[in-house]
Amino acid sequence: MELTRLSDLAIGQYGIIEEIEAEESFRWRLQALGFRIGREVRLIRQALFGGPLQVQVGSINVMLRRQDAASIQLRATG
Amino acid sequence: MRRIALLGMPNTGKSTFFNRLTGANARIGNWPGITVDLLSARILLGAEMVEIVDLPGLYDLHGFTEDEQVVRRFLLSNPVDLLCIILNATQIDQQLPLVLQLQRLGLKTLVVMNMADEAERLGIRFDTATLAAGLDCPVCLISAKYGRGFPEARKVLQQILSLNSPATTPAPRIDFAADEALVAAAEKLIARSVAIPRMLDFSLSERIDRFALHPVLGIPLFFFVLFLLFQGVYTLGGPLQDGVAWLLEQFRELILVHLHGVLPDWLYGLLVEGVYDGLGTVASFVPVIVLFFLGMALIEDSGYLPRIAFLMDALMARVGLDGRSFVMLLMGFGCNVPALMGTRVMRSRGLRLLSMLIIPFSLCSARLQVFVFLTTALFSPIQAPLVLFVLYTMSFLTALVTALLFKNRLSNSEPLLIELPPYRLPTFNQVLLRGWHEVHHFLSRATRFIVAGVVMIWLLTHLPTDVPAGSTETLAGMFGGWLEPVLRPIGIDQHMAVVLLFGFVAKEIVLGAMAVVYGLQGDALAQSMAQHMDWVQAFSFMLFTLVYTPCLSTVATLRSESKSTAFTGISIVWSLVLAWLLSFVFYQSARLLMG
Repeated sequence: MELTRLSDLAIGQYGIIEEIEAEESFRWRLQALGFRIGREVRLIRQALFGGPLQVQVGSINVMLRRQDAASIQLRATG
Repeated sequence: MRRIALLGMPNTGKSTFFNRLTGANARIGNWPGITVDLLSARILLGAEMVEIVDLPGLYDLHGFTEDEQVVRRFLLSNPVDLLCIILNATQIDQQLPLVLQLQRLGLKTLVVMNMADEAERLGIRFDTATLAAGLDCPVCLISAKYGRGFPEARKVLQQILSLNSPATTPAPRIDFAADEALVAAAEKLIARSVAIPRMLDFSLSERIDRFALHPVLGIPLFFFVLFLLFQGVYTLGGPLQDGVAWLLEQFRELILVHLHGVLPDWLYGLLVEGVYDGLGTVASFVPVIVLFFLGMALIEDSGYLPRIAFLMDALMARVGLDGRSFVMLLMGFGCNVPALMGTRVMRSRGLRLLSMLIIPFSLCSARLQVFVFLTTALFSPIQAPLVLFVLYTMSFLTALVTALLFKNRLSNSEPLLIELPPYRLPTFNQVLLRGWHEVHHFLSRATRFIVAGVVMIWLLTHLPTDVPAGSTETLAGMFGGWLEPVLRPIGIDQHMAVVLLFGFVAKEIVLGAMAVVYGLQGDALAQSMAQHMDWVQAFSFMLFTLVYTPCLSTVATLRSESKSTAFTGISIVWSLVLAWLLSFVFYQSARLLMG
């Protein structure tokens, strides 16, 4: 099964988190906001000029930058 | 005395709970981590006085932000009888691991699940008994905003404290390794005790965001919201301001003038022409400031600020900052001091210092008073709002240019992760409480500095006693004379030089100082200003006032937050140099162009 980066998801697309390759402190922060292996996320929108992404994970909406979102690997689910 | 520490993630309504519990005025913000001061209050719980401490929001116990370090340091050094952990009930699946992590500290805990009203609307159901059994501590479900379940939670707090056991501090070493296990344990417990619909319905917030975060419309919409805020403040505040000014003038004409013969001349001069005129000129602006803060509180509590961070992040990234820095600049429109303290949510020191370097350029409400007064005095009613708009634009530009110039020295690479909470309509009381808190802070600061400032200025312009008041031979005239070589090239005369000198202490003094220097107040002062300076001089003066060091409180906060005297020094020197250069370029080219 091929993995996709969160930053490569199409707008409106869902994915299940398979892997998080961030440095320690950022991984904890992601974890605290619900980014855990096996969780379903959805890319809601992206800001203009390569700006941040809005992602829904569980009951939370968060914004994070493209380059940081690239550290999250997903199995796209449609 | 027993001590209860309130803990929880940002955006859980911790401050709202604190306010309800203590009746004190804590700040309530939808912006993660806005509660940066350690607020505490003493309340009577049962028969006992209990101290409640509101700790900053934290995501987990090993976070690296200043706020998270504050929590750790507090818990390790202050004995606590009870940890009261506030959760956002709608996000219990995300937040429960933090509860388990905190419980490992070995302190007695109470779990308060807040926002029961929102959870109910979203269709989330709790089995609190199972949850309490699983956590081995009492669990309360409440709505701090509307007060539901609050009396019960208070009772539980009281019961736990009545079981006598000594306060403790946790062991200084916290074991991180077991965290993965905590997450698994939390998920198991959730599965047993909470029913969460698979997809939560955020349709209202999502519908608003379709406009608020629209790729093209989002930023214009934000400026429109700002425009509405200012328009509202002036439409409502203008008549109020005139009313207060009229009242103050009546009091002076009908009562104070009769003291002229009664008091010795010098005392009359000091009290009426010094303190009364100085304070009065500033006081007439209070209604506008109150409305402005109420508007800011409304925007802050609605959840719009993180959206602004989303919209502005791409731009701010280009100058070495992030969306949060922009929001701090906006907060600085009210007062620079809390905006500076808001940078505590940043982990990277470079990013934090760079943000702190630009916040003082944010056009705060104290500077706004000076600009409203001068633009009204020197420009037509149609020009005045435009001039103000130009000053706000200059405020942003100086901030961005400063960031651009310094970004390589203060490099940062902090990942950005901010929650976008659902939009919430703050209750009337919440906004009022917040507004009142800000206004109280502003007034106490303003009156303290202004009274001292205007008295000093009155003395400087009237001493020594054997020369004509306000002349070049007075102390003020001498100071002005020394500064003249520096300030003449930017069109600022001796009188205004003295005013600027005191503006260093606080911008609220500037207006009071002008009233004292010219011995006039209200409309008479405005007319006199228009005779003393033309619009080029006035604009040059405003530019300088906008850019140079805002006030001593800001300097003190810069020092205490950065813990670096060198950084504080650079900030002051840079703002002075930039202020002078901008005013110089403007003044000289305007003079050249107009012949």
